Amino acid sequence: MNGRPEQFSAQPNELLVERLRDGLGLTGTKVGCDTGQCGTCVVRLDGRSVKSCLVLTASAAGSEVATIEGETTRGGDLTGLQEALRQEHGTQCGFCTPGMVMALGELVESTAGGEAPTEPEIREWLTGNLCRCTGYHSVVRGVQRACAAARAEAPAGAAGPAESAAVAASGAAAQEV
Amino acid sequence: MTAVTGEAPAAGGGVLGRPLDSREDPQLLRGEATYVADIDLPGTAHMAILGSPVAHARILSIETKAAEQLPGVLKVATAADFTDVMPLPCIWIPGGVESHFPPHPYGLPGARPVLTGDTVRHVGDPIVVVVAETPRQAAAALAAIAVEYEPLPVVTRADEALAEGAPQLHEAVPGNLNAYWTCGDKDRTDAAIAAAEVTVELDLVNQRTINSPIEPRGAVGDYDAATGEYTLYASTQGPHNHRFLLSALVLGIPFNKLRVIAPTVGGSFGTKGYLYPDMALVLLLSKALGRPVKWVDTRTGLMNSTVQGRDHRQHVTLAGTRDGRITAVRCTSYANLGAYPSTIGPGVATALMGRSISGMYDIDAAFCEVYAAFTNTVPLGAQRGSGRAEAAFLMERLVDRYAGEIGMDPAAVRRSNLVPKEKFPYDNGLGWTYDSGNYLLNFDRAIELSGYADMPARKAEARTRGKRLGVGLATYVAICGVGPSTRMSQEGMLGGTWESANIRVHPTGEVTVIVGSASTGQSHGTVFAQVAADELGIDPDTVQVLEGDTQKAPYGQGTYGSRSYSMAAPAVALTARKIKNKLIRAGAVFLGVPEDKVVYEGGRVHEEGNEENGKTFAELAMALWYGWGLPAEIEPALDETTHFDPPDFNYPFGTHVAVVEIDELTGETEVVSYTAVDDAGHIGNPKIVLGQIEGSITHGLGQALMEAAVYDEQGLLVSSDLTRYALPRAADVPFFTLDKTVTPSPHNPLGAKGAGEIATVPPAAAVVNAVVDALSDLGVQHIDMPVTPEKVWRRLRGEAQ
Repeated sequence: MNGRPEQFSAQPNELLVERLRDGLGLTGTKVGCDTGQCGTCVVRLDGRSVKSCLVLTASAAGSEVATIEGETTRGGDLTGLQEALRQEHGTQCGFCTPGMVMALGELVESTAGGEAPTEPEIREWLTGNLCRCTGYHSVVRGVQRACAAARAEAPAGAAGPAESAAVAASGAAAQEV
Repeated sequence: MTAVTGEAPAAGGGVLGRPLDSREDPQLLRGEATYVADIDLPGTAHMAILGSPVAHARILSIETKAAEQLPGVLKVATAADFTDVMPLPCIWIPGGVESHFPPHPYGLPGARPVLTGDTVRHVGDPIVVVVAETPRQAAAALAAIAVEYEPLPVVTRADEALAEGAPQLHEAVPGNLNAYWTCGDKDRTDAAIAAAEVTVELDLVNQRTINSPIEPRGAVGDYDAATGEYTLYASTQGPHNHRFLLSALVLGIPFNKLRVIAPTVGGSFGTKGYLYPDMALVLLLSKALGRPVKWVDTRTGLMNSTVQGRDHRQHVTLAGTRDGRITAVRCTSYANLGAYPSTIGPGVATALMGRSISGMYDIDAAFCEVYAAFTNTVPLGAQRGSGRAEAAFLMERLVDRYAGEIGMDPAAVRRSNLVPKEKFPYDNGLGWTYDSGNYLLNFDRAIELSGYADMPARKAEARTRGKRLGVGLATYVAICGVGPSTRMSQEGMLGGTWESANIRVHPTGEVTVIVGSASTGQSHGTVFAQVAADELGIDPDTVQVLEGDTQKAPYGQGTYGSRSYSMAAPAVALTARKIKNKLIRAGAVFLGVPEDKVVYEGGRVHEEGNEENGKTFAELAMALWYGWGLPAEIEPALDETTHFDPPDFNYPFGTHVAVVEIDELTGETEVVSYTAVDDAGHIGNPKIVLGQIEGSITHGLGQALMEAAVYDEQGLLVSSDLTRYALPRAADVPFFTLDKTVTPSPHNPLGAKGAGEIATVPPAAAVVNAVVDALSDLGVQHIDMPVTPEKVWRRLRGEAQ
């Protein structure tokens, strides 16, 4: 669990999100629906983002679980993705935010060394996460910014000038309106 | 993008108007914010609510014994346990309040009790509550409760509820009519329509929608037997308002025995300002059990209990000349209030909608009548853009019908009927007086930015790809700054609607701003700090902002109707000016010069013409804290408060252009571009407002294309979870093209107008206009929302609506 072993017994019908929130006090993972639709409960299970309301705790035995609490220390420096989302104000009420950070983290990581995701790819990736405040625009811009930054930092496959300019332009538009 | 202003920049010229990063964001991004479900008081017990599974029935018996014996169950309660608790009040009763001393609205016909004892009136109507050691035990106990029902006939449409022989919901409300409400001049409008060269008519359904904040509602009640004080933690957009409604009006306890705390709130869009049974129940049960009691709703529970929005059936008429001059508009609307009057639902369904129907147009005669009816559905309330979106929809649909009828371009018709700049303040004849506007500038900018002139060529190109391209325009005026208390009394609001702010300057020069408003995700902490810092010429990082706790904050109504920046922020600015004035008066003493020779600038006072003889903000704060050497007329310390009640509302406005492509084969509608030019006056933080505009447009597109609360004939809410109620997802929307115009409001010291929800007002009209444009050669003159692929596909095949 976020890099630390945890040992406990779980009821057969216990959901992972219940264990995280009620059993382990990791309340950064949220519950927004009853049907696996909203994505506020997304965590990473062995590196893959999953909806923890659709995972039985028992079935996660032996797996590595990463939650939003494991991304940074309390009050600590933001990750590159979080910082990019902050610069684009990709959050409002923030209830969907931890789930989005966990889902998008996989996308940003998986593309850091190769091609940056296109706008439709980012939107497609986000379809499992509902947001009612932002309309997703600032979140998509945040991912574009995060990918550009990740690629710029990577020694190989750095972002080309055209891509950087495109991201800068969308950021500038954000500040004008 | 260049901002088109035509107006002076914001006052202050400092940190206000700049896109500072939201200071709330890091905590949200790390998942550290505390929402109501995250509150875990020692000894907490958990509450679950049994809602009615049927829409209308008499309750014959309730059997709870089996549930009481289940493990962990602490209490099972029914209406019989709460006979001394008053029903939930409705505080917006259309028609105006004449007395300065209005009666408490206890006896309002049809008011909802905290639990229903005799008759259930909608699916989800609360009947029994269970408190148990764990949420799972409480939920399990619900299943062991047996309720016997005698079914009653069901009605779910307002117009049908008013027909003769319709099922009756409340004995005290014969005919189900809660209110008949009108505005405008009926005779003048009827005469203008009778005499008109051209009239067009439409029958419109503004479908019921569900707001669906991503955080469901929740509440924690904590009664302290030692002090007799209650604390309510709730997902609320108006903690003070809930304190007022709950203490005296429902629980019958003194106002100062109830403290309401809003933690971080996960979105609201209108729904979390309402009073719900659960808020009273957690307090009552906490007292009964001597433990904190917590309740967190499920999504399905939210769908069946939290107020829903829109829901009008309308017959609308527009009259005009052959050459494009609009002469009259008339609306008859049947509004569906649901099973009970919600806190302010009747006002939303009447005044907020009716007084806005003429929009940005200068029209000689207008009239609106609303029949507000009870039905077996969830109570109606506000929804982002409430009332104003419904008004814009009918008017903007009518203008397109009219343009089609007379064979003119819809943009040309709109442009020639806009209220001209020199006519402000403008009395719209329906009860609103628009404060300021430059509609032509705004409209022309949107037309230019959207590439409107290129649409014919784009339509032809789209056809080569099997797509039908349509373009739709919509303009709007949105009444915001719900606040002038006297004005609201004329609309029937029972309660002061002003906002307040307190500023405390600490001895070391740091500042605490405390406001009565409460954020549901609008970064108040960032923006109100900017306002105070700008006025005082200090670093916003030294300004702390507190809100959301009635024990700490001065009174305020909270966040709704896009009012915080034009109601609470002005209170902050005016309070900062009081602080500044005191610093000038004290500065005169400390600098040894007359008051009129003291200059305050850049967070410092100095003698006029002699900057050497000066003191910094922090030095003055310390000196005033010591209080040494002050003359009798200057009190020590720096602590000021303002209660801001503006002279009138403010009226943001704008023009939106939607371009859609319809797939000839599947009937799918894709929004391919969307241009919006909104005018919210002077803006405090453009980055934050941008996010609100983008989210608002997306919300409006949701109503146009996919969202609908669907009730079946038995009154069952079919669309009761997110698998059956469609919300826009990231892939459903493109990036928008946005710009603004800036027309300050004269009604507050910041020149601010509402912003948060205004861009939700026009998208539904813009999109439906675009779809109808794309299908117009098939003879389609209207299509009901949501514009689903099936509906469009049928119209493509020539089927009637």
